[in-house]
Amino acid sequence: MDVHDLDISLRVNGEDVQARIEPRQTLVDFLREDLALTGTHVGCEHGVCGACTVMVDGLVVRGCLIFAVQCDGAAVETIEGLSDSGAIADLQAAFQRRNALQCGFCTPGMLINAQDLLAAGGVPSREAIREHLSGNYCRCTGYQAIVDAIEAVAQTRAGR
Amino acid sequence: MKITDDVVSGLSALDRPNSYIGRSVPRPNLARLTQGRGQYVSDVALPRMVHVAFVRSPHAHARITTIEAAAAKKAAGVVAVVTGAELAKVITPWVGVLTHLKGIKSAPQHAIAVERACWQGEAVCAVVARTRAQAEDACALVEITYEALPPVTDPETALEPETPVIHPELGDNLTFERVLSAGDPDGGFARADAVVEATFVFGRHTGVTNEPRAIVADWNPGEARLTVYQGTQAPHMMQNLFAKHLGLEEQQVRVVTKDVGGSFGIKVHIYADEMATAALAKLLKRPVKFVADRLESFVTDIHARDHRVKARIGVAKDGAITAFEIDDLTGIGPYSVYPRTSGIEANQVVNLVGGPYVCPNYRARARVVFQNKNVMCQYRAVGHPIATAVTEGLVELAAARIGMDPAEIRRRNLFADDAYPATGASGIKFEKLSHHASLDKILAMMDYGALRAEQTRLRDRGIHRGIGFASFIEVTNPSAAFYGVGGARISSQDGATVRLDATGTVFCHTGVTEQGQGAESVIAQCVASAFGVPLERVRVVTGDTDNVPYGGGTWASRAAGIGGEAAWQAGKALRANVLAAAASMLQADPRTLDIRAGVVVDADGGRERMPLEEVARIAYFRPDTLPPGFQAELMATRHYVPRAWPFAFTNGVQASYLEVDTATGEVKLLRHWCVEDCGTVINPQLVDEQVRGGIVQGIGAALFEHCLYDESGQLLNGNMMDYLVPMAAEMPDIEVGHVVTPTADSELGAKGAGEAGTAGAPACVMNAVNDALRPIGAAPIVAMPITPERVLKALGRM
Repeated sequence: MDVHDLDISLRVNGEDVQARIEPRQTLVDFLREDLALTGTHVGCEHGVCGACTVMVDGLVVRGCLIFAVQCDGAAVETIEGLSDSGAIADLQAAFQRRNALQCGFCTPGMLINAQDLLAAGGVPSREAIREHLSGNYCRCTGYQAIVDAIEAVAQTRAGR
Repeated sequence: MKITDDVVSGLSALDRPNSYIGRSVPRPNLARLTQGRGQYVSDVALPRMVHVAFVRSPHAHARITTIEAAAAKKAAGVVAVVTGAELAKVITPWVGVLTHLKGIKSAPQHAIAVERACWQGEAVCAVVARTRAQAEDACALVEITYEALPPVTDPETALEPETPVIHPELGDNLTFERVLSAGDPDGGFARADAVVEATFVFGRHTGVTNEPRAIVADWNPGEARLTVYQGTQAPHMMQNLFAKHLGLEEQQVRVVTKDVGGSFGIKVHIYADEMATAALAKLLKRPVKFVADRLESFVTDIHARDHRVKARIGVAKDGAITAFEIDDLTGIGPYSVYPRTSGIEANQVVNLVGGPYVCPNYRARARVVFQNKNVMCQYRAVGHPIATAVTEGLVELAAARIGMDPAEIRRRNLFADDAYPATGASGIKFEKLSHHASLDKILAMMDYGALRAEQTRLRDRGIHRGIGFASFIEVTNPSAAFYGVGGARISSQDGATVRLDATGTVFCHTGVTEQGQGAESVIAQCVASAFGVPLERVRVVTGDTDNVPYGGGTWASRAAGIGGEAAWQAGKALRANVLAAAASMLQADPRTLDIRAGVVVDADGGRERMPLEEVARIAYFRPDTLPPGFQAELMATRHYVPRAWPFAFTNGVQASYLEVDTATGEVKLLRHWCVEDCGTVINPQLVDEQVRGGIVQGIGAALFEHCLYDESGQLLNGNMMDYLVPMAAEMPDIEVGHVVTPTADSELGAKGAGEAGTAGAPACVMNAVNDALRPIGAAPIVAMPITPERVLKALGRM
């Protein structure tokens, strides 16, 4: 242990976690390497691709642009937690039915960002959905299926 | 958008009672991927595993004078620091040549550079440590001195006598040259009423897979076996090459490929750092993990498409194309990539230019040269985007010159739909294509007349919109003609083994791999349909050289057409075996029985006789009750390779509708259409999504993606901030239609669909931009990516 290491305590997917970590460790590395939550992915490590998207205290955050120590005392939700709680089950089902993923590497980040958009309520336009996803890179789908799936869930949630 | 559930479509050519052929059934692996429960190689962690990071050359070309590793070896967590010379004792170098590319040459490439680095980013030293962070920390402590050598970066001067030769033992910087003359090109140009010339320039770009390349290599001295977890498209090819270069027998190597975070041709090649990782595992007798970070990906993942093509077309006043001529020059980095070589893309350009059109007069030259930049090799739609942009660019320039509608000039020159079998000018063979039906269909989908009227109306208001087309052909389902005949141990055949489990579940082990395109689903559909069970009773196993039939994997749009046919045949064989067993149990003639929805039934009338689980129960647990001498065989294997045609060519047409902002030079994509003909459509949804994803990848090439190098061979934009990829906000909705012309080379009749989108998109976007700007006097834009700067220059505003 290095003298500079820091103790942190946070909630991850509803579970209390205490850890001693290097100050330089990013949140995504902490989640993947220390907690083995490998559903959050590392794509670019400079905040462009969105594969590492997680929720911190209810806000969408790039796990590669925030240090784990900054999450001391915070509540972090990852794709694993959101899946187990059923919070995004309708989005996941729509992504499956619409084949809105191919390799699946971007999908956890896409789903979390989609949930963030839909949390605002209403049925966003396709343009608004595309704009909201503009920080999440997908090389496989060309995005249309993702937009379709999110739009369908928005309509269902709005009762249309 | 309402998501429509799967319905039985009219596309099915194979009418079994419970056929899944032609149906958009969901992929079995999506639930876990949406839950973050994928198993990508970057997620793999093994006991005693260590991590390797590489010190990479900052120079494009330099002699490595000294490597001082003492400080790095003492750093926290470091297990080993290994140089190229040290690793060369464990792994032999390779040379990327094939015998069917006559005259192709390259130099031996090492897993880690020995004595000399030949591109910026080439690994020069490996540092292995307990964590990746510790390995990277120690990389900073390795002191390397270099003697800079003159870099060769410009393909145009690579062959000039005053240019240094990168590999002096090769004599010059020419990797490969192909010259072709067909028909009477001089006569064709002489007869033309107009000859249009252009020099097309394609920006070097790369795959940017969302998950970078990743490998965990585990040498177990107790078993004398190497297990490699790798994100690859071709596990058996990798097994062969790890064995060959590490001095092992093939049975000592197992390659396991689970989920792969995107491939697109990036992950079908030999990469020096991945070979080094396997060699380090052998050296250190423990698992070693390497995951390229994004910055490493940009300087080591293969690049592609760095081509300059001088081209011309002859055309008569009536629109008849009289001749094509091209001169292609491409720079491929310092080595021809192993084992597929870096000569294939230029070779494909020569094969494919002019391909959709009846014009026997064709002259082509392609030269492939070495340079001190990252290596280039096959990437999704290899050569097609270049050949299609050159051909379709010329056709639309010619149409404009003679004042003919771009749809009409195609109608007058495309191979007639009843003209098959036919041979293209380069000698490529077409079994049966549907260019005219595809063109008719896309014009209807677009409402072409109304769109032209809208374009004219808006132009009067100063809004500049363009419509562009691209007819295309695509190489799919390759036979041994692609690689096998050149001596590469890359299998063109593929196999499938199906097994009835004791509870009536069917397992299918297949040699093709899942890269996200949906191969698992397609294989399951083929097996379920041929054998006769509900889809959910088929479990597909892929990506494990210990456990699947020998096969080629996933590349050149082959998984559905070749792997699917093998699975179909294996399913039929298992049905025959199971019916033989059931017949012996029921004392019936097997010809009177069938399997439908998981139940043995009377073929005539469909009366239920016994469920599959009962057949399996008796065969596995009460074989004593079967007649003497009868042995139930509840497992069957079949292989398939196309034999009648070297490739199953597909065809199609794309169209783009876009708007150019003449003040800023920005291109806004409005709509995009594609009609393609991949033969039998096994899963319409998966085909459509392959087309859409491929189109967006092609749009990236047309408008955004470019690996920018300076004259000294330094990559200037090797990160995702500066290298632009298509994101959701800029992409259009894409409408996909189909014409179905099955290949008679297989029972299923399926051809490939994975690359059609990428093949045609750059050409039609380029044509649409020129269609928008031509009326206001802009010079034709024939260089990609079409940046705002290039648009403004074409308009004379920069």
